[in-house]
Parts: sequence; structure tokens; C-alpha cells
Amino acid sequence: MTEQVRGYSGRPLDEVTVEALRAGSLGPDDVRIHPSALRAQAAVAANHGNPQLASALGRAAELARLPDADVLAAYEALRPGRSTADELEALARRLDEQGAPRTAAFVREAASWYATRGLLG
Amino acid sequence: MTGWGRLRMLDGRAVNLDGLAAQDPSLGLAALWSPADPLPSLVISDGVVVELDGRRREDFDVVDAFIAEHGLDLTVAEEAMATDDVTVARMIVDPSVPRAEITRLVAGMTPAKLAAVVRQIRPYEITIALAKMRVRRTPSNQAHVTNRLDDPLLLAADAATAVAYGFRELETTVPVFGDAPSNAVAVLIGSQVAAAGALTQCSVEEALELQLGVRGLVSYAETVSVYGTEQVFVDGDDTPWSKAFLVAAYASRGVKMRLSSGAGSEALMGGAEGRSMLYLESRCVSLARACGAQGVQNGGIDTAALTASVPGGVLELHYENLMVMLRGLESCSGNDSLMSESDMRRTARTLPTFLAGSDFIVSGFGSIPRYDNMFGPSNLNAEDLDDYLVLQRDWGVDGALRQPTEEYILAVRRRAAEAVRAVYAHLGLADFDDEHVEAVVHAAGSRDLPEPDPLRVLQAARMIGESGLTGLDIVAALDECGFSVEAERVLGMLRARVAGDYLQPAAIFDESMRCLSAVTDPNDYAGPGTGYVPGPERLAEIAAVRQERSVADLRAEQAAYARPGLSCLGAAAVSNDPREVVIGVSPALGRSVWRTLSGLDVLDVLDELLAGLEEEGCRGRIVRVQSSIDLGQIGLAAAQLSGSGVSIGLQGKGTALIHRRDLTPLANLELYSVAPHVTREMYRLMAVNAARHAKGATPEPVLNPYSEDAITARYHTRVVSFVALERECCDIGSAPEELSLEVMDD
Repeated sequence: MTEQVRGYSGRPLDEVTVEALRAGSLGPDDVRIHPSALRAQAAVAANHGNPQLASALGRAAELARLPDADVLAAYEALRPGRSTADELEALARRLDEQGAPRTAAFVREAASWYATRGLLG
Repeated sequence: MTGWGRLRMLDGRAVNLDGLAAQDPSLGLAALWSPADPLPSLVISDGVVVELDGRRREDFDVVDAFIAEHGLDLTVAEEAMATDDVTVARMIVDPSVPRAEITRLVAGMTPAKLAAVVRQIRPYEITIALAKMRVRRTPSNQAHVTNRLDDPLLLAADAATAVAYGFRELETTVPVFGDAPSNAVAVLIGSQVAAAGALTQCSVEEALELQLGVRGLVSYAETVSVYGTEQVFVDGDDTPWSKAFLVAAYASRGVKMRLSSGAGSEALMGGAEGRSMLYLESRCVSLARACGAQGVQNGGIDTAALTASVPGGVLELHYENLMVMLRGLESCSGNDSLMSESDMRRTARTLPTFLAGSDFIVSGFGSIPRYDNMFGPSNLNAEDLDDYLVLQRDWGVDGALRQPTEEYILAVRRRAAEAVRAVYAHLGLADFDDEHVEAVVHAAGSRDLPEPDPLRVLQAARMIGESGLTGLDIVAALDECGFSVEAERVLGMLRARVAGDYLQPAAIFDESMRCLSAVTDPNDYAGPGTGYVPGPERLAEIAAVRQERSVADLRAEQAAYARPGLSCLGAAAVSNDPREVVIGVSPALGRSVWRTLSGLDVLDVLDELLAGLEEEGCRGRIVRVQSSIDLGQIGLAAAQLSGSGVSIGLQGKGTALIHRRDLTPLANLELYSVAPHVTREMYRLMAVNAARHAKGATPEPVLNPYSEDAITARYHTRVVSFVALERECCDIGSAPEELSLEVMDD
């Protein structure tokens, strides 16, 4: 299975070598996981009786496309008292636009419980 | 004087430094059960959980809510909740019930239900339950690698050392927050020197830890804490949703992570809501599964001592690990916070996990000295490595560690220190001189290093932080500095993040970069003859501790002390001199045995005996009894040659007695049986007494030296080797021969 795996850049994993790095042809996206690899791992988790891990890996496949800063900012927004209901809804909408519908639904679910439990900003 | 002296004696024992708490459920100081714990309940309506453990949906706190939304397999919930607690507990310890059948059922259980089930498992059943339910077949271990100076060369050398000892995950942290990026880099490089594949992490605040992961400077994260009550959760500045988001965020960068919990944290933070530790921890474990985390570090962790302070607390710590395994998650099993001042208590706390094996038996074995452990001392530390290795050997248990040779350790320490020095210099982060490298290679810990320069580390860390340095930059720097093996291995860790295989539960890499996880190496224990067993090579490794000694070792050690002085004068005759006392020596004395167990030169002992006899006006004659190695027989044979009928018998190992020719072989007049404690002065006194016996007096016997030491543990293996040497020189058919002694002064 490993030989079919490609980095975020599309470069096959077996071309990620010290020689390639020396030749100046490796970049950060060559050692960044591709959403398809995460979806494959999610399928493995589901087949091994762990649907929760499969869901998390499914959301991870969505987040894999997002820039680091967006991921860090979304985490910060979900911490207690950080965001209003509107701000969480805006985040969810952005996630929808960025091709992350599961994560968007997850944020909306959080917003709903945060409202009940007084955890909105 | 008032009171009982023995209680005063007991007051001085280490166990009495431990603070033991009176059970008080209202404060959360109850390990296994509290009157406020809810009864298990689960009501599902139209596929929605409307009641969980006695609470209606409208009253759910965030923990209930998240578990209700994500944590339960509603298709088995009815069956799971209806199955009697004892029945499930029996299934857990019954080898004939497959692991998968239990995890299927447990997936439908609420936190209160799972707590009620594990509470049925008795202390002695825990080991079977852990052995059967852990996720990965092959046990493993995790080390803390820190020092109070954040010295990057020492961190790297200690990381390399930990891997040489067999640790497969290394966790570092900082005394100075700003040093974190430097520590992450140093441990990453050091971790790949002795072998490939050890995972590394740097435990700091959540957001920074994630950044280090994103940049490829660490390969897993662990300090992502969850709590069993809403109040404590929010005080910890997170919610189940923010934590679950982090779980996915780490995975989105291909980085392994686990959650961290542990009983007692809610009580310590004043938010236990009167619930028992077991129930609250069961909520944490359910939550971890609901978040989609692959594993959990629990078993008390930082609050293990508090859990252990209440009745049943140590049992509760094991239930925590078991609940993680029952939910199909990786168990990183605690044992990482020093939970007692008593060596006996802390060993007993770890023993069941050690015997059963776990995904990580210790989730932070202090591989460095206690004073350098910036997490605080662990339950096991560098000071305990030899004990741990001997325990492995005692039980034939694979505790996942091994004994490298000193030569190898020095080599990997030097290479790791050199590699980090070269990379730091190459990247313009910091410079370290040869003297520093030299000190690091040989250091037990940071106290052995030259005066620190704290700003140097802080500055290097800031530059790593600000320059956006990534794992690829480290690979390039290692390669350009000539550390091509390490460059290849660090790149291998980055490749692992692209493949993602180590995101599955309980994943580690072995030294050939094979990923061992719930998927590739599932636990298949099903009773005797099944499951993980160390193979012959690994058993030999476990047996080969550095303290092992053989007959050959003793022979070589003794030969080093050989010196001239004894010579043979021919066959020994019977004397009729009434003032003569014969000293009968054993077959190997002065041939292959030269030092007694108390470290005295055998010729000096003979010299002392002759002097004692002379002091009393007697004449000593030395005779070698070749026909027996038994001291009674040697003494009696000597007495039969003696003019006075009195003799001294002396074995090479130093055991001595006074004999008389009319006694039976196993009788004697005086015996020094505790050879390791006999001094020169005592040999002289013995000779004085022998002379007095020869003259017909009744001397006051010399008291046998008494010792509180584990004398048999210290010396019996050497005694067996001494006996083997004596046996080699023994010749049943040979008559005694007379010896002369001429001691050369050194």
C-alpha cells in the first residue's frame, strides 16, 4: 500500500528521499499528508470497528486541505467563551466553502451545545 | 518513656511520608464508588439519546452531550446495557471469549455502566484482563527525556540512550517555556541515532504543541487533557468539541496523538461534583472514544498519588487503563508520576501492568535522573533502570527494555551530541565547544555539565521558532553535516506522516520502521499458549543483564590476585607436639582462589592465623586437605594430623572453624559461617582461641558476625562459583600435603 501513497504535492512517497532533498526538489508539501491517505485510513478504522476514529480521520481529511493558520484559528474559536453564535456560524460557513462540510456540521453542533451550556463568548 | 518503641521505628519508614486521605466522596476523594454516582441508564428515542446515566437530555453537561452525540454504538446499546455487570466482567477475564466480542458490546455502554462492569473485576483478575484486552500484541514503553538546563546536546545524548535501552516513544518538556522548539529539535535528532523509528513529542501548551507537530519537529502529541466534569473541563480552557477538533487537526497533519486524563484531577481542581474517581474517569474514556482519539494516557498521571491516597486507589488506576483497552483504544498506562516515597508501594503499583504488558507499560519512564525530570520524578527513573531490567529477567517478562553495553551507550551519546552540535552550528543557532560534548557524553545528568548559559538555548529556540524551521530543514542540515544515517531516519519519520499508518490505534514503529498497531499487530491473547511471547532472542536479551556473573568471571577475578608465597613441602605427617595446631586449607586456596568473600588475601589470612597461634605460644602448621571441599571434613582431617588434636579449617572463600579430632565431622568448637563479614582481627582472635583450646582452656567463643544485609542475595551466586573452583582442585584419593608460607610484603 505504501508505494501508492502520495504526498500532498502529489509526489509518490518513494520519491521522497535524501537525494531528492539534496537536489533541491523537495518541498514541505511532499511530506504533508494527502486527504486521500486520510480517507484510506478512515476506511481502515471503520473496518476495524472504530467509527469514531473513522469520523475524526474523515474530518482530518477535510482539514488537510486547510492552511495551518486556518486550522489553528478554528481550534482557538472553539475554545470556551471565545466565539459568539454568529462567529461560530461564520466559521461553519467558511468551512463549508472550503470543502469541509463535516467539520462545518461539527462546529454547528458545538455552537448549539455552547448556547445551552453558556459557553459562547 | 511512653508509647511503643516499634511504632516509633515504623514512623521512620518511607511509607509514612505519604499523605493518605480519609475517604470523602463529597470532595471526590473516593476511588471506586460514591453515593452521588448515577446508576447506569440509557434511553434512546428516534435514534437520539434522551437520557444518559440518570440525566435527561435537557440537563446534559458538555461531557454527557458529546458522549451522547458521538460516543455510543446505539445498535448494540440495548443489548450492552441489559447484560448483567458480572456477566460482562466474566467475559472480560474468560480467555475463550474473543476480544472483539467484548469491544463490540462495550461500545454500547454508558460511562456508569462500564464503571460498574470493571468494578466486578478483582485485583488478581486485572492482569489477565489487561493482557487480553490491550490493543497491540507487542508491549512497548515510553521515556521522559528532559533536563533542568534544556541543554540540547544532553537532550540528544539522553534521547539516543533511551532508544538504546529500547524505548519507542520519547516525551520531552521544558522548565523554560520558550525553550520548547530547541528541545523538540534536539530530541528529534537524538531519537534517531541508536535506531530508526522512535516517536518523539514535546509537551507544552496545546496550540504550541500543535505547531511543533505541523512543522514536523515532533511525531506525536500526548498532553491533550480531558476531564470528567464540565467545570474542570472549562477551567482547563477547552470543551469536548475543541479537544475533538484538535484530534482531527493533528491527524490532518499526519501526526499521532492521544488524549490524557486520569482520576483525581477533578478532585484536585475542586470540581469532582461528589462523584467517584472511577466514574469520572469512565466519562473521560468514553469521551476519548467519542472524540475519535486513537488512545489515552491515563492511570492517575499527575494525580496518581492522590488517587492512591484513598482506599482502593491503586486498583482504580488499573481499572482506568482497562477501560481504555475495553473501548478499543491504545493504553499509555501511567506509572509516570512518583506515587509514593515507599519503594515497596511504587513497585506494587506498577507490577500488574508490568506482568500483563501494555501498549506503553510506563507512559513516561524517567530515563534521566530524578533531578533532571522536568515532569517531576516518575514512578520509575534512571535510578531504577537496573531494578527494572532485573525484574524483567526474574519473571521472563518483556517489559520492552534491554541492557546496552557501556561502550555502545558512549558511542551513541557522542554521535547524538555531535549531530546536534553540528546542526546548531550549521543553522547558526548556537555553538558548543569540545569540552561541552565531552561532558555530555559521560554525564549522568545535567549536574555533571559545565556552567550553563541559559540565554544560548533560549536564543536558539527563538530562532527555530521565528525562522519557521521544519523537519525537512533538519534532514538537510544533518545530511550536509555528514550525519547521513540520521538524515535518512528523520526523513523516514516525515514519510511516516504522509503514509498515515501510524494514525491507527496503538501504533509504534519498530527499529526496521515496521508499523505495529491494532491493525498490523493486533493482540491475539486467548489464554495459555497464545498472545505475545518473547522469542528466544528477546529472552536471551532479557536474561543478559550487566550484573550476570559466571564461574569463568570468578576464576578471572581470582587469578588477578594470585601471588607467590605458598609452597608444597610434600606429604603431611602426624605430629605429636602438644603445642601444635594444624591449619587445614581447602583444595583451591592459593591455587585458583586468592581472595575471601570479605576481600582479604588468603595468604594474609593464613599469616594472621599463624600470628594468633604464636601469640598464645603455639605452633601453627599449614596443611592442604585435598580430599574434600567440606569445611567440617577439612577441619577434622587437619585435627587428625595435629599434635594437640585441635585444628583450624579454612576455605578459600574465608569460612573458617575450629575443630578437634574427637568430634564428629559436622561438629566444631567455633564456626565463622558468615565469611563476607570476617575481618583480619577476627581471624587472629579465632587463632588465639584455637591455641587456648589446644592448651586445654575454655576460651570465650568469638561471636559470629551478624548482618541485616540480604547476605544470601549478595553472595550465594559467588559461593556456587567458589565451590566450582574448589571442586576442580579436589582429589578424593590424595593425602593431605604440608605447605610453607612465606608472605612477601607488597
